[in-house]
Amino acid sequence: MDPKDLRFTKSHEWIAADGAVGISEHAQHEITDVVFVELPKVGRAVQAEEACAVVESVKAAFDIYAPVPGTIAAVNEEGARNPGLLNKSPYGDGWLYKIQMTSPADREKLMTHDQYQQFIKEK
Amino acid sequence: MFIPHTDEQKKDMLATIGVARFDDLIGALPANLVRPRLNLPGSMSEMELVRHMEELASRDHLAQSYLGAGAYEHFVPTAVWALALRGEFATAYTPYQAEASQGTLQSIFEFQSLVCELFKMDVANASMYDGASAAAEACLVAAKHTGRNEILVPETVHPQTLRVIQTYLAHSGARVTSVPCPNGVLEPAFLQKSLGPDTAALLIQTPNFFGCLETHVKELSDLIHGAGGLLIAATYPVALGLVAPPGEYGADIAVAEGQSLGLPLAYGGPYLGLFACKEGLLRKMPGRVVGQTLDADGKRAFVLTLQAREQHIRREKATSNICTNQALCALAATIYLSLVGKNGFKELAALNFQKAHYAAGALAQRGFPLVFPHPFFNEFVVRCPVSAERIVKRLSEKRVLAGLPLAAHFPKRAEELLVCVTEIKTKADIDQFGDLLAEAAR
Repeated sequence: MDPKDLRFTKSHEWIAADGAVGISEHAQHEITDVVFVELPKVGRAVQAEEACAVVESVKAAFDIYAPVPGTIAAVNEEGARNPGLLNKSPYGDGWLYKIQMTSPADREKLMTHDQYQQFIKEK
Repeated sequence: MFIPHTDEQKKDMLATIGVARFDDLIGALPANLVRPRLNLPGSMSEMELVRHMEELASRDHLAQSYLGAGAYEHFVPTAVWALALRGEFATAYTPYQAEASQGTLQSIFEFQSLVCELFKMDVANASMYDGASAAAEACLVAAKHTGRNEILVPETVHPQTLRVIQTYLAHSGARVTSVPCPNGVLEPAFLQKSLGPDTAALLIQTPNFFGCLETHVKELSDLIHGAGGLLIAATYPVALGLVAPPGEYGADIAVAEGQSLGLPLAYGGPYLGLFACKEGLLRKMPGRVVGQTLDADGKRAFVLTLQAREQHIRREKATSNICTNQALCALAATIYLSLVGKNGFKELAALNFQKAHYAAGALAQRGFPLVFPHPFFNEFVVRCPVSAERIVKRLSEKRVLAGLPLAAHFPKRAEELLVCVTEIKTKADIDQFGDLLAEAAR
């Protein structure tokens, strides 16, 4: 996936137009080697900013928040089996889960790739 | 090291927090709890104290004990504690920074490996506080893993284990439901009636509180798994030299009290909780796990794995915040198992089994028949001709602990006595015990 087509949160998640969610290139670099991923149950309703997955790296464990409200429609079982994918391909095979968005307009309120790059530069 | 505060320092501290006197600081406490008068004798010199303690200890002599019910008298080779109490191991506190010492890490790793081998499970933690708390932690893991809240506990589980579980679950959202076992083991039909959509787990104990082996484990395992719950198996390690380990009948979590593996009876502790599970539950398992890896030079090395754990950084999401690791007791158990060895362990279990069965026969001949018709390991319930309490009292006059009167936990079982026979008893001991019982019943 081209990061230019994604929207980003301040907690470093990205969300694609089809509702796929993952963590940013910057985030995977910061947390270093991912060793474990805990995914939500399909069918679970989530609020924006609700913790619904866990990514554990050799450094620490991190909550992954839902970027927008909706329902969990799918999860990346392959990513759970092979957590290294989050480091290798954060915008591709390393996606985490897919949200059926309550309203696609919610996604439009999030940062574009350029805005996100600016945001991490200022941090 | 304890360094008391000087009066000057106390004044400074009180002034800093704006309190005039120390008593003002503790003013909220009920007066009768502040400096209560303790009923203690006056101070003694060291020499007087040694004599006093020797005198107390001399009153403590027991001729024989046939009491089990969760803590067991087994022979402990001298080498176990001669090694475990060496200065490298015996510290005043748990090795918190276990990663500071490859030796400490390896001893924990070996312990985990032995527990896995014993239970036939995938992973084990570095140990827990005791058997009952390990069982309670297992219930929390099951509730968390299944997203359900009901833990089924049959009446054949040790009543004190049940109490500990109830305490642990009290504010967790999970609850315990008792399953009746009128015949001394859990019957599948009774389990069937108790299963529901909120059933997170079934906890079984085998050998159970009455000493019986739960004869239907395979069926119980299929039933609970069919209902979408986990099977937690509590067991008695020494029995595993003879009876099927939890991993063989499909347990998801296996727990045990490890006292029987080289730890002395000592007024209830310190004991040792064993905890093992299937690999899929590894991330939800409480406590610490030591792993084996290679260092930069390709040499074998041990590390604390899973250190990115909730206990340190996401405490509000942790399965457990109690991760007491009985490292020294775990080390003693490791040494004990290594010394006994695989064949010795089987022989040990066989001795317990045979001596207990000889005893059951000897007692039955003297008018104390078995209560339950199930296979048992080294503990069994007999029916006394008179109240079991009375029998125990009569034998205690001869300095013999006859066992546990079941009425302590089951008021309707007033004539029933739980008796335990381990490898340390001889045929002569057992015959004499039978005669004492017969005499006490007259």
